[in-house]
Amino acid sequence: MAQFFQQVVSGIASGGIYGLLALALVLIHRATGVVNFAQGEMAMFATYIAWTLTTNHGVSYWPAFAITLLASFAGGFGIHQAVIRPVERGSQIRVVIVTIGLLLMLNGLATWIWTGEVRAVQSPFPGGTFEIGGVAIAYADVGTIAVCFAAVIVMWAFFQFTKVGLALRAAAVNPNEARLVGVRVPLMLGLGWGLAAVLGAIAGMLTAPSVFLDPNMMQSVLIYAFAAAVLGGIDSPIGAVVGGLILGVGLNLIGTYVDFIGSDLRLPAALLVILIVLLVRPAGLFGKPEVKKV
Amino acid sequence: MSRATLRTLIVFVVVSVIVFTLPAFVNDFRAQQFSYVGIYLVALIGLNILTGYTGQISLGHGAFMAIGGYTTAILMSDHGVKDIVTIPIAIVVTGVAGFLFGLPAARLSGLYLALATFAIAVAMPSVIKRFEGFTGGGSGINLFGTPELTASLTPVRLFGFELTFNNWLYYLAWSIAMIGYVIGWLLVRGRTGRAFRAVRDSETAAVSSGVSLARTKALAFGISAAYAGAAGALFAIATTYVNPDTFPVALSIFLLVGVVVAGLGSLQGLIVGAIFIQFMPLWAQNISKSPGAPAVVYGAFLILVVLALPGGAAGLIARVLQLTRRGRDFQKP
Repeated sequence: MAQFFQQVVSGIASGGIYGLLALALVLIHRATGVVNFAQGEMAMFATYIAWTLTTNHGVSYWPAFAITLLASFAGGFGIHQAVIRPVERGSQIRVVIVTIGLLLMLNGLATWIWTGEVRAVQSPFPGGTFEIGGVAIAYADVGTIAVCFAAVIVMWAFFQFTKVGLALRAAAVNPNEARLVGVRVPLMLGLGWGLAAVLGAIAGMLTAPSVFLDPNMMQSVLIYAFAAAVLGGIDSPIGAVVGGLILGVGLNLIGTYVDFIGSDLRLPAALLVILIVLLVRPAGLFGKPEVKKV
Repeated sequence: MSRATLRTLIVFVVVSVIVFTLPAFVNDFRAQQFSYVGIYLVALIGLNILTGYTGQISLGHGAFMAIGGYTTAILMSDHGVKDIVTIPIAIVVTGVAGFLFGLPAARLSGLYLALATFAIAVAMPSVIKRFEGFTGGGSGINLFGTPELTASLTPVRLFGFELTFNNWLYYLAWSIAMIGYVIGWLLVRGRTGRAFRAVRDSETAAVSSGVSLARTKALAFGISAAYAGAAGALFAIATTYVNPDTFPVALSIFLLVGVVVAGLGSLQGLIVGAIFIQFMPLWAQNISKSPGAPAVVYGAFLILVVLALPGGAAGLIARVLQLTRRGRDFQKP
């Protein structure tokens, strides 16, 4: 039973990371109406910035963390203004292709700048575990969970209680009417991309200590985040977080107790989740079913 | 015969002549590179039928190529089937797999389909690794052990000519590419192609005109996957070795890049796309020796084409033709 709870706790930790990245995907989907395939690579790139700050420039961890978040925000905003805005009003397929182009470019740039070598990243949290009722819990897991929840709460408060947050929601829900009441829609959508990049950067920096840093680090995390976002409903922020947690815990338990799946078939299992949800309940757990106008 | 059809025929004949005399003018190494261009062309025709003509985006065509490649590899190494014979089998197997995937996928609209196919491309290598007994796991399947089944050791005799392995590979790949091109052309200009385009342009209008969405989409998936299967089989024969990394996610993405550069919804530009996929990494090496350089160039090109040249190479050709024609009309008194 101790093993079960241990798996649940570490599942919540990784689920929190999936949830953060899924939340980033949902933010962009609400703002631009597409899935951002470059979300994982943006997170990876941010993680490299944090790594190079701490390793090569002698910045200590948390200041480097803060600088990375600022850089990510600027990066996300810049990407939206430079390449997404011109195609935003056209067909979906073109925006998707642009995000794929971004995926390739960021992946190549990271290899170009930092070489493809695998890097070890130190965890900001102390190593080791502590015990509660016979269950050994890693400090790193608790730290990861705390950071994830703090990020989600800050994000929620921002959207719920600030004027900019309200304008952002308005711009995403109804761009034309938002423009009529004086919201600068392109600026707001850019802000949305910036915030998504920040969430992704947090997810990337939390992922790196456990898997090592390399340019393909976020590829599988992105698939889990896709699965989480689809499971929760691609338009629902709460759904993304809950979907991430369900997926993290579920995959951990299945990986431990179902021999056939083990650790090799975790990715295909996530794919199966995506397919089943899309076929059975395309709106996800928390989403509203889409109504098509003829 | 309309003028457009006539022009297409003339272009096709000219291209065929160039393609089939090319090996006489280039060395063995170039012949091998151009074989890969032919292989990519096969896959691109398939992808364009699905994405360009039917409007169903696929980020997972590398996975279908993997099915074709592994079909060939397993048949050759475990069952001693000759390489050419495995190609039609690979086509059928992959086509059926594509059709079966297309049945549920037909219910997914644009974005979700991109997601699902991308997930397949990412998940494929780990599936291949997991079923080790069947696929050789991470170490893959080596086809060097069975030289009698392919042309790698003994030169092939064809119409009294002796062909080296690379020349033979070249003719094999391009024969299939040309046949595939003709089939694709006949397909998209006929009744089926009209149904495909109707689905792409408006699903609602297509349904009200009596087109079955599910059947049309699944059919497009099946045909498209069959092309990918042929390309995968050729790929396995060309590399004489398959492992999970032979068909990475990047391959799926590069195929999409090729189709976009060539021009979605047009068969004419596809050779440009195939050449782009094969030679761009080499050109990129001139910019920087870093292994990351090709991806940067691919990505930059992809974005530039979408922003500045939505029709791709085919769109550019059409636009230039239109301009010259307009100039000619203008000169008339």
